[in-house]
Amino acid sequence: MEGIKDKVAIVGMGCTRFGERWDMGVEDLLVEAAYEAFQDAGIEPKDVQAAWLGTVFSGVSALTLSPVGLQYIPVTRVENMCATGSEALRGASYAVAAGICDIALAIGVEKLKDSGATGVKGPAIVGDNTDGSSGIGSGFSAPASFAYLGTRYFHHYNIAPEEGKRLLAEIAVKNHYNGSLNPKAHFHNILTVEQVTKAPIVAWPLGLYDCCGVSDGAAAAIVVRADMAKSFRKDPLYIKGLAICAGARQGTMHQAYDYVHIEENVIAAQRVYSEAGIKDPRKEISCAEVHDCFTTHELVVYEDLGFSARGKAREDIDAGAFTLKGELPVNTDGGLKCFGHPLGASGLRMMYEVYLQLQGKAGPRQVKNPRLGLTHNLGGNAGGGVGCCVIVGNEKG
Amino acid sequence: MVGISSVGAYIPIYRLKWKEIGAMWGGKAPDGERAVAGYDEDAITLAVAAALDCMRTTKGALDGLYCASTTSPYREKQNAAIIAGAVDVGNVECRTADFAHSLRAASIAVRAAFDTVNSASARQVLVTASDCRVGAPKSKFEQILGDGAAALMIGSEDLLATLEGEYSVFREFTDLWRTQNDAFIQSAEGRFIEEAGYVPLMRESIAELMRRYTITPGDIAKVVFYAHDGRSHASIAKALGFEKSQVQDPLYSRVGNTGSAAALITLIAALEEAAPGDRILFANCGDGCDALLFRATERVSELRTARTMKDRLSGTIPVSYGKYLEWRDLITVETPSLPERSEPSLSSRWRERRTISSLYGVRCLKCGAPQIHPNGQAVRVCVACQAKDEFEMYKFSDRTGKLFTYSIDHLQPTKNPPGLNGVVDFDGGGRLVCELTDYDPACARVGMPVEMTFRKLSQGEGIVNYFWKAKPRNELARP
Repeated sequence: MEGIKDKVAIVGMGCTRFGERWDMGVEDLLVEAAYEAFQDAGIEPKDVQAAWLGTVFSGVSALTLSPVGLQYIPVTRVENMCATGSEALRGASYAVAAGICDIALAIGVEKLKDSGATGVKGPAIVGDNTDGSSGIGSGFSAPASFAYLGTRYFHHYNIAPEEGKRLLAEIAVKNHYNGSLNPKAHFHNILTVEQVTKAPIVAWPLGLYDCCGVSDGAAAAIVVRADMAKSFRKDPLYIKGLAICAGARQGTMHQAYDYVHIEENVIAAQRVYSEAGIKDPRKEISCAEVHDCFTTHELVVYEDLGFSARGKAREDIDAGAFTLKGELPVNTDGGLKCFGHPLGASGLRMMYEVYLQLQGKAGPRQVKNPRLGLTHNLGGNAGGGVGCCVIVGNEKG
Repeated sequence: MVGISSVGAYIPIYRLKWKEIGAMWGGKAPDGERAVAGYDEDAITLAVAAALDCMRTTKGALDGLYCASTTSPYREKQNAAIIAGAVDVGNVECRTADFAHSLRAASIAVRAAFDTVNSASARQVLVTASDCRVGAPKSKFEQILGDGAAALMIGSEDLLATLEGEYSVFREFTDLWRTQNDAFIQSAEGRFIEEAGYVPLMRESIAELMRRYTITPGDIAKVVFYAHDGRSHASIAKALGFEKSQVQDPLYSRVGNTGSAAALITLIAALEEAAPGDRILFANCGDGCDALLFRATERVSELRTARTMKDRLSGTIPVSYGKYLEWRDLITVETPSLPERSEPSLSSRWRERRTISSLYGVRCLKCGAPQIHPNGQAVRVCVACQAKDEFEMYKFSDRTGKLFTYSIDHLQPTKNPPGLNGVVDFDGGGRLVCELTDYDPACARVGMPVEMTFRKLSQGEGIVNYFWKAKPRNELARP
């Protein structure tokens, strides 16, 4: 098995401002992100030979991409819950690596704020009971299942509830600080630990500021053959590894699962490190964008991805290891927490930040001498999800 | 010889204080409270809880299940069949029947069960009685009524009490009624009911029973009878010539008048306090009267060490008047921001009927792992060892468990916020992510012992969507 390492490169990216975009529909968001990416790559829309469109709720089929005006090329709509954006990138990357096309577009979009609801509505699927068409599926909120991680983590590591809340707050405070430096982020407010811990509870132990923004937005990438990359730009990003895995929901059905880690994260990380040839992620990765849909998840992701030893995330958080100036900056753009989370766009939004970082264009958020960046998504939730990791580098080899 | 071989009762955990109602409407209210069914309970779920309580100590499959109620959630569709599914009667030929419309429905069902067993058509028949009657806001019924359920196993072996005598009359007398269009109970004038209907009917029926079986009030250890309210109950006891000590407390100031279940709940309390050989006189009233004479057997003393009415009434949770109104759909409130569940697919429910009705999952024959899918998907491949289609059915509804982790969920659409949901690890293996009910959110903790309870998950325009939730085990209740 050869793997994807150094076979394809990203030569252009675009990302809309995330937020409650009352001013933009799905079509506007797609056009904004796509044309920024075309311009960045120095290509015309007609140069794109195939496209992968990721969205969870905001459209079905290839025709969702029609507002962009691509002419008679294959377009594939993909969906993999919150890993949808990364799934689109995977489709484009594998097609280019396979030699089926040389220039492909990966684009993700989500328009959540037209639903009229504060949270995220579940998908309407009939037949396999993934949404509980039998009527007995979960009637509780998305934060609840990530709250389980917090409740159990506190119990497992004997952390008092107040201390646990503080620990989670440190993550939100970090991500909001980073997001405040980012004009495209949904939110720009700096938070204090006290503000976070005293915010209204959404799903104990998660308070309002432990939960990511429900946002509209789109992000796009132009993927080309690695050997062509330098003809588009001097500073392309090379894909070093790309791993995605789905469990069998055994965590929700079998007592062996501990609710203090997520197996799909662990396995996706192991695979991506192996593909990219990474031995010590904490030292080798320059910056990481991880799936902080809820602070409890960023907490366990530190351990799942090997940034912290098991049970030691607290010490690393308190040492500032994941801040902008820390050893391994995480969510330098504000993360899902502060940048926002339009489901289908998020994986590509993460890549957009890593792209800027590895090109040295991240402005006040810039990390020092970056070489390798990681993006990570989890679709679904604790006990049954889709884990996804992508590693990119600014040098070939 | 026929009689009662097991008893069960269920009183919802929630209580509305009479003083809360008084404070709302400005009236003076004495000390007292009424049981209020949770927002996720109805006459069917109450009956299931009482039936399971009754079936804890019984052996063998049921030959019959008779369900009595005046507040069936369905106007067309049988309660008894839903209950039979939920309690897993284990016998497709079990005869099911609903006894409805009359406050006397329970004793009519009990007499029918005696006849069924007496005629050898059935070995044992379970009778449930449950009601969630609603009085109009500001009416006396709002305070008088309560929600609850009782269950009796009628059989001929291992009896707690034998049936020694029975006498029934019907009487067309319009005292309380609801037409198809009435949301609330209508009633005739109180003194008219007492003087022209209730008192003479009860007096004549009880006198006739005692005459036929040559019994005097002195032969009776306890008398159990129905009355519309506590005051009427006290006055009739006196009129019938029984001493105060002979009269079983109908719990009207703690539970309320539970309608068709009231007399059976009182009978069960009497049996739990009875000594072997005691005679219990029972009289139920509504469109006539059923008077029954029971004699406690040696086995009755076993009830003292089992779960008693005192245990069933312990650990209550107060509800406000506003919550009561909301739960009974008596006021229109803001809809939750997250949408409720969509209407369930009937064919999907049918495929997973054993999971939905009695919480069956499967156990892997290869590795032994019990498992159940949280959304009710069929399990075809073992989550532990990946063996395909090598399973036996495995019931989770009667398993206790512990809360492995949880969330107090303020976004969960529920009429009793905040929601509580979490991961239940069953004793003996298996795990289910599910909602909890009947909890005090402050008491939620990792490791909390739970048991499963049959509830309404949602009710939209279509069917009532029943499924199982976990609830904290009442640790005061003895096993």
